[in-house]
Amino acid sequence: MWRAIVARLVQGHRTIKYPRKPAPPLSDRFRGRPILADLSCPSGCQACIEACPVGAIRQDPRLMVDLGRCLFCLDCALACPRGAIAHSAEYRLSARAREDLVAPMAEDGALKAAALERRMRGLFGRSLKLRQVSAGGCNACEADVNVLGTIGWDLGRFGIQMVASPRHADGLLITGPVTRNMELALRKTYDAVPEPKLVIVVGSCAVAGGPFIGHAEANDGAGNLLPVDLYIPGCPPHPLTILDGLLRLLGRLPRGA
Amino acid sequence: MKFTPIANGYSIPLDSVPALGWPDFAACLADGVRRGQRVSAYFGAAGARPDSTKLYAILADDEANQTFAGLTEVEGGSFPSLTGEITQLHLFEREIAEQFGLVPVGHPWLKPVRSVRSWTKRDAWQRKAGEPLVPGGCDFFKVEGDEVHEVAVGPVHAGVIEPGHFRFQCHGEEVYHLEIALGYQHRGIEAALLGGPDRRSLHYMETLAGDTTIGHATSYCQIAEALAKCQKTARAQVIRAIGLELERLANHIGDLGALAGDVGYLPTSSFCGRIRGDYLNLTALLCGNRFGRGLLRPGGVGFDVDEARVAEFRRRLAIFKKETYNAIGLLWENQSVMARFEDTGRISKAIALELGLVGPAARASGLACDARCTQPSGIFRFAQIPMSVQDSGDVFARAFVRWLEIQKSIDFIQEQLAVIPAAMPQPLLGPLAPDSLALSINEGWRGEICHVAITDSNGRLARYKVVDPSFHNWAGLAYALRNQEISDFPLCNKSFNLSYCGHDL
Repeated sequence: MWRAIVARLVQGHRTIKYPRKPAPPLSDRFRGRPILADLSCPSGCQACIEACPVGAIRQDPRLMVDLGRCLFCLDCALACPRGAIAHSAEYRLSARAREDLVAPMAEDGALKAAALERRMRGLFGRSLKLRQVSAGGCNACEADVNVLGTIGWDLGRFGIQMVASPRHADGLLITGPVTRNMELALRKTYDAVPEPKLVIVVGSCAVAGGPFIGHAEANDGAGNLLPVDLYIPGCPPHPLTILDGLLRLLGRLPRGA
Repeated sequence: MKFTPIANGYSIPLDSVPALGWPDFAACLADGVRRGQRVSAYFGAAGARPDSTKLYAILADDEANQTFAGLTEVEGGSFPSLTGEITQLHLFEREIAEQFGLVPVGHPWLKPVRSVRSWTKRDAWQRKAGEPLVPGGCDFFKVEGDEVHEVAVGPVHAGVIEPGHFRFQCHGEEVYHLEIALGYQHRGIEAALLGGPDRRSLHYMETLAGDTTIGHATSYCQIAEALAKCQKTARAQVIRAIGLELERLANHIGDLGALAGDVGYLPTSSFCGRIRGDYLNLTALLCGNRFGRGLLRPGGVGFDVDEARVAEFRRRLAIFKKETYNAIGLLWENQSVMARFEDTGRISKAIALELGLVGPAARASGLACDARCTQPSGIFRFAQIPMSVQDSGDVFARAFVRWLEIQKSIDFIQEQLAVIPAAMPQPLLGPLAPDSLALSINEGWRGEICHVAITDSNGRLARYKVVDPSFHNWAGLAYALRNQEISDFPLCNKSFNLSYCGHDL
């Protein structure tokens, strides 16, 4: 008993101050957006396009990167013969529309999902209950969603909570490429959520299929089956990226953040 | 005729593994298991003739620190089941039946493993081509009698967790039998690896079981390096091992926190939930990603460390160590925690041996198997981590083994950081040797990770077998529930904490 109280004092109060104060520092090696720093690519060079494991980079005629597909790996950066590709430290990556995740590779900066419209914000802005469904997720996205529930992040202080039953939920938070074998269960879970409802997809798999894009055993993401309200890319997205996306959707971040 | 010795982390020419006749093959398997060897893998591959299938077995002898490969080739659509004699083959035979459409004749409970179509034109259950396959769609073992009832849970569970279906046969609160149906997470990884390696191969490994990114990536890299005859640097091997132990620390600490939460002891639950993240952030300090994505590359590592980074790492680890000891130490002196942990979900040593359990679950039941000691590869050949074994086989033992391993892993990382070998240029990976078989066994945080690769005449992957530790251990969880209160299921489940996607591939 006394040792538990002493332990409580030793461990201290550890909930991050974000978003009232700046976000906690990320690793200096954190990989945000892949950025092409120098545009003088030799003509015909396709090194980064060919190296990308999931076809996230294309020429149109500028180099464009689909951050929904991107695994935020090192393959394009290592393949560039000029060493012109590096990852930025940008963690704010969320979008309301799938096409908003496609951007010129030379551009850095935050992708900021717009907030819900007034009526939905009125309903969910201060209390959002989500049912999480893993549909082929590798347990990395699931783990970093779970992290938001720990005392370090304390998602509950924003009124956001993961609930056990879809009947108690305002929406789904989906991870994984949606395997064929989970398709039925996902549909049934969606149908069990009362209207109006939200669908939030977390991670490259749920956005676009991730490393399993094109596999016959999966669906290239939840967007092919359900209407999606919020896309949060990453493999897996950092907890801060997930939190940033959720708070933007609810219009809970200070102006300019 | 005998199985062929193959060293862990090496490759051998395919023709050095002779195809045994079935009686010899079955006798070698049975004899090996009788003498205490474990079946690390047993899988099918395309045969030399259109209607034949090759069956490979990998046996691990933990006492003699040896591994063996065996091969036989069966004709037609069936082969004799050995599960009656060698229990730990039960799921392997079901997998062969599902992937190759071969019926293991005499299998006591022949059901699909993942509810997917076979890779051949055969189907072991004679299902029609268009018939939809649904995981959990088969019959379940049923207990009948007065007041016996059935409880079905999943695939969508109450928590943030992967999908699986659990079917309990209960009498009142008491569970007589639990059957687990998986396959919901199947993404087709083994099939997608064929013809590789290609630009996705490493990414499949890193997402095969996301909480075991470094474990599976280590095995894959070792396979590629063995086939390419590539000698990686000592420094890379140390960085890989630090990554592997960080993965163990994060998951073990998370598990102990979750176990505390399942018995309603919130201090350790709250502290460990946060501390787990601290160790993930140490992995991110190494490679930018909390799960170790990008840390390993065939031939070495994706990231080096300099003195400043090592110093920062050691500074943080010293703080986390204190907080870890403080948070977890509370568990063992709290009587209500111990009352719930002790004697719950007990698995005897004999049963653990028979089921072929691996990892902390096996060591909690008194089995001395830890690939870092018994089948060492990489830096573990030079720097040993003492094995942590308990004997009570209950939730307490599975929790306490984790606590012992947490302490040993922290010490190991601190030791390795102090003597990190000098930087050398990392080798480039050349082409893979043709017509070869490579084996890699590593001790992931859940237990033995076994990868086997077979190359064709062009040095491309003709078969890549992944055995996640969960593949061995799901049967252990089902067994642990026998005669337990159904309300103890979450606690028992968490004490194993098995992977769904690692099993489903």
